[in-house]
Amino acid sequence: MSQINRLSGGQVNADQPLKFKFDGKSFTGQQGDTLASALLANGVRLMGRSFKYHRPRGVLTAGSEEPNALVELRDDARQEPNTRATTVELFDGLTAKSQNRLGPLQFDLLAINDRFSNFLTAGFYYKTFMWPAAFWEKIYEPIIRHAAGLGSLSLQEDPDVYDKGFLHCDLLIIGAGPAGLAAALTAGRSGAQVILADEDFRMGGRLNCETFALGDQSGADWADSVIAELASLPNVRVMPRTTIIGAFDHGIYGAVERISDHKLVPDAGKPRQILWRIYTKRTVLAAGAIERPIAFENNDRPGIMLASAIRTYANRFAVAADQRVAIFTNNDDGHRTAQDLYAKGVKISAVVDVRPDAPRSMDYEVLSGEVIDTKGRLGLTFAEVRLADGSLRTLECGALGVSGGWNPNVHMTCHQRGRPTWNDALAAFVPGGTLPQGMTVAGAANGDMTTTGALKTGAAAARAALKDLGLTAKTIKLPQAEDTPVAIKPFWYVAGCSRAWLDQQNDVTVKDVKLSHQEGFRSVEHLKRYTTLGMATDQGKTSNMGGLAIMAELAGKTIPDVGTTIFRPPYTPTSIGVLAGRHRGQEFHPKRLTPSHKWATEQGAVFVEVGNWLRAQWFPRAGETTWRESVDREVLATRKSVGVCDVTTLGKVDVQGTDAAAFLNKIYCNAFAKLDVGKTRYGLMLREDGIAKDDGTAARLAEDHFVVTTTTANALPVYRHMEFVRQCLLPDMDVQLISTTEAWAQYAIAGPNSRALLQKIVDPDTDISNAVFPFMACANITVCGGLRARLFRISFSGELAYEIAVPTAYGDAMIRKIMEVGAEFDVTAYGTEALGVMRIEKGHAAGNELNGTTTAQNLGMGRMVSKTKDSIGSKLSEREGLNAAGDLRQVGIRPVNPADPVPAGAHLMNADGPVDAAHDQGYVTSACFSPNLGHAIALGFLKDGDTRLGEVMRLVSPLNGFATTVEIVSAHFIDPEGERLRA
Amino acid sequence: MIINHPLLGPRDSAEFTYLGDAKLIDRPDATSENAAQEFYEYAYLRDNPAGWHEELWFHEAGDRSWLVVTRNTLTHEISKVELARDVARSRGRSK
Repeated sequence: MSQINRLSGGQVNADQPLKFKFDGKSFTGQQGDTLASALLANGVRLMGRSFKYHRPRGVLTAGSEEPNALVELRDDARQEPNTRATTVELFDGLTAKSQNRLGPLQFDLLAINDRFSNFLTAGFYYKTFMWPAAFWEKIYEPIIRHAAGLGSLSLQEDPDVYDKGFLHCDLLIIGAGPAGLAAALTAGRSGAQVILADEDFRMGGRLNCETFALGDQSGADWADSVIAELASLPNVRVMPRTTIIGAFDHGIYGAVERISDHKLVPDAGKPRQILWRIYTKRTVLAAGAIERPIAFENNDRPGIMLASAIRTYANRFAVAADQRVAIFTNNDDGHRTAQDLYAKGVKISAVVDVRPDAPRSMDYEVLSGEVIDTKGRLGLTFAEVRLADGSLRTLECGALGVSGGWNPNVHMTCHQRGRPTWNDALAAFVPGGTLPQGMTVAGAANGDMTTTGALKTGAAAARAALKDLGLTAKTIKLPQAEDTPVAIKPFWYVAGCSRAWLDQQNDVTVKDVKLSHQEGFRSVEHLKRYTTLGMATDQGKTSNMGGLAIMAELAGKTIPDVGTTIFRPPYTPTSIGVLAGRHRGQEFHPKRLTPSHKWATEQGAVFVEVGNWLRAQWFPRAGETTWRESVDREVLATRKSVGVCDVTTLGKVDVQGTDAAAFLNKIYCNAFAKLDVGKTRYGLMLREDGIAKDDGTAARLAEDHFVVTTTTANALPVYRHMEFVRQCLLPDMDVQLISTTEAWAQYAIAGPNSRALLQKIVDPDTDISNAVFPFMACANITVCGGLRARLFRISFSGELAYEIAVPTAYGDAMIRKIMEVGAEFDVTAYGTEALGVMRIEKGHAAGNELNGTTTAQNLGMGRMVSKTKDSIGSKLSEREGLNAAGDLRQVGIRPVNPADPVPAGAHLMNADGPVDAAHDQGYVTSACFSPNLGHAIALGFLKDGDTRLGEVMRLVSPLNGFATTVEIVSAHFIDPEGERLRA
Repeated sequence: MIINHPLLGPRDSAEFTYLGDAKLIDRPDATSENAAQEFYEYAYLRDNPAGWHEELWFHEAGDRSWLVVTRNTLTHEISKVELARDVARSRGRSK
């Protein structure tokens, strides 16, 4: 049984057989097939199970609007769920599985749901699974997820790469059917920069699917010749396999180009797909039209398709949907399918037309009547017809083509909230409201349903766009083509039907719409959400109209009065992979490396991500088995002799100009105007609402030159804020800012021997003695025989400490030099963990304390906020609520039992009394083990903490049942008098 | 969206960081009698118009200009783009 339904001709190549597997069974198709056409050629009609009732389903369409034939494509890591068999381009070695079934496709055990359909109607979830709430997570959801899911994921990493790119053009043409090709030819020959995109792998649209002639050529041949000419023009980019997924603001379009989806594996070095962002001045939407079905009892059996799809399979793919085909139509177009198939020798059981005056045919029977039911468990066998005179007929057929008319494909016109308007002649919605900027619609998408109409309006749309852009349009000669209007009688569903499917993907029936109306969900938006009509991955491309029409009838309104929902991007389902592009795993964001990174790697450092930076977290040594051993050693060694740490990641902003001091006075809450040249000062920045924003130091290198540092995390926002103050608030100050974070490699050298070490690096003419270069001094100096450097005597660790900065290119050399000359002092490199331990021991606030909720007062720096000047945040920091009794104050916390931990995030409670949120006294912000003290220590905030030193309190973490007893102490665990840093 | 930068021409909005209402330029005078109330309003009270809105955008991935962009919040139409510095001067913020 090989390709029993294969006809001759079409745009498939019988000389190029392709082998593929569906549900484990081997088949052969032809080059040019889709998976759907190849399955139909092999007599396979059953391709999946429906979402809710697990009813047997086959293909409904031949395009991307397909609701039913969703399959899992490929195996293992490349397995891809929910791909539409109608758009999957067949390739040799393709494997696909049907999905949404339990057991084999023919005997899906969940088909039992169909028997319980009376319970599974609209609003089922809302009505059934309301109580008890606890059942949701444990019982209802797993069952629903298992039973009502679509395909499954491989749960393996995607082995393919996805790219992103940017394109610019004068004119974007969406769709390469007759309208799009006429537009592209006009604009292309006129010299405009044109992009022509079509989702199909074969361009030409309906020209490939019809038997109409264009001039003396077939439609497909004409399309081929036009595409060949366009491809030869340097100003035209022809993009098949490219779906425009959305129309965004200001002429920006998203497009997904499927580079390798039609191959077993991508070619070497090629991405699987590319997400393009297209910037275009004008757009012609030529997306064609989509046929809509008619609802009747049991209209979802495999073999029942859109009439146009049956025609497409026959004309383009040379496949008869079955050897015996019937048609059910309300318009002339349905008859074309019968004529085309008849001409190819397929038996036409009958054409059933709802119109009494249906056009007759000499070749086959035409009946005036309606299809009222069908038979065939896993595929159509019979259609029951009620004739106009009331008599019944049974038609034997394996395929039934249904045509309810055509809907212009308005999807993209809605992306900027344009609302389609009703057209009575077409009995369909056409583009309306405000279209996306620069868009015109041509051809069937705009309601011009004939081939001649499409060619003419496509060319005209291009000419208008060219004129807009100031380009001269060349007139092209369009071929003679059919121009016959299609007569239609609006007809949506067969009276008396109930289990008649409107939305096959979400299993929504006529009965569900009636129920929705009965229960009061009558607006289109409510109807959609209550029944899930049109909410599936196909966005109701084939189903919305039927639902609206029935709702209109029930409400006694016209369809335009009921209105329509609108479409959103993406046009078709888009993989997360292509949206992510290369930004995944380690490449999720850019990686910034510190100047000492290479050296640190050589030392075996463990790194931590801090923002985009990779910083050394600690430097394990042989014999150390836990991170704590390394960190404790680094802390003790630094406090005993000297340690070095890369602090390049701290933000650095160069501030220059005659108003530099006045500018800093504005952005810092403490005073800066009188800072002497050669001095550094700690600065606290507030937000305008009085909450602490960031802290750092400002070093005055000259009268008109400061270097400001920020925390690593806030380097960007603080710089942005400084530019805001400079440009928006103080526009005429003579001050310039530049971020120099990457320009200088900066190392902290801390510990009692830091001066002795530095002495070996700075050039001899630089005196760094305590008398000449005291605590908080700063200077431009030279090191290592003339290399320019900046030296700051500042300390985060609480030790005698310096920070030395050299141009980044010398950063690697400098760390090696420091380690070399420091060997005699056993200089120790320390990472961010030891840095954190030492700053907690010293009681310095950091990000955990400047957490966006704390004020200068909370941080114990209330008196720093100058009252004698206006600075950002100074006014609102005076507010009563931020200065009330009972405010939080930063304190130190130590366990009463030295062996106990003091976890960050735990809350402080009074020694006696209830433990609850109402009696909360404060919380721990930063905690660590202090190797110098031999027990855990922490910083935290406590109500009136500054007056409660010595108090014993309970520290609790109700989330994990933790409780211990702690003592409130000064935050300065080490050297509270600051003698070390001034040594 | 595309923002027509007064110095650099049309740029993708992805190059910018958004701040909000351009009224943030009008920082009150701290010495005014009503300073507390004025600062409260400045920090917390914003109009949220459905329609034309003057707002501040920072060309962070570009030339670091703060811009005042007049944008229709309903349609995203942009009618005017100015350097915030010029706007600040025109609103009397010169020293």
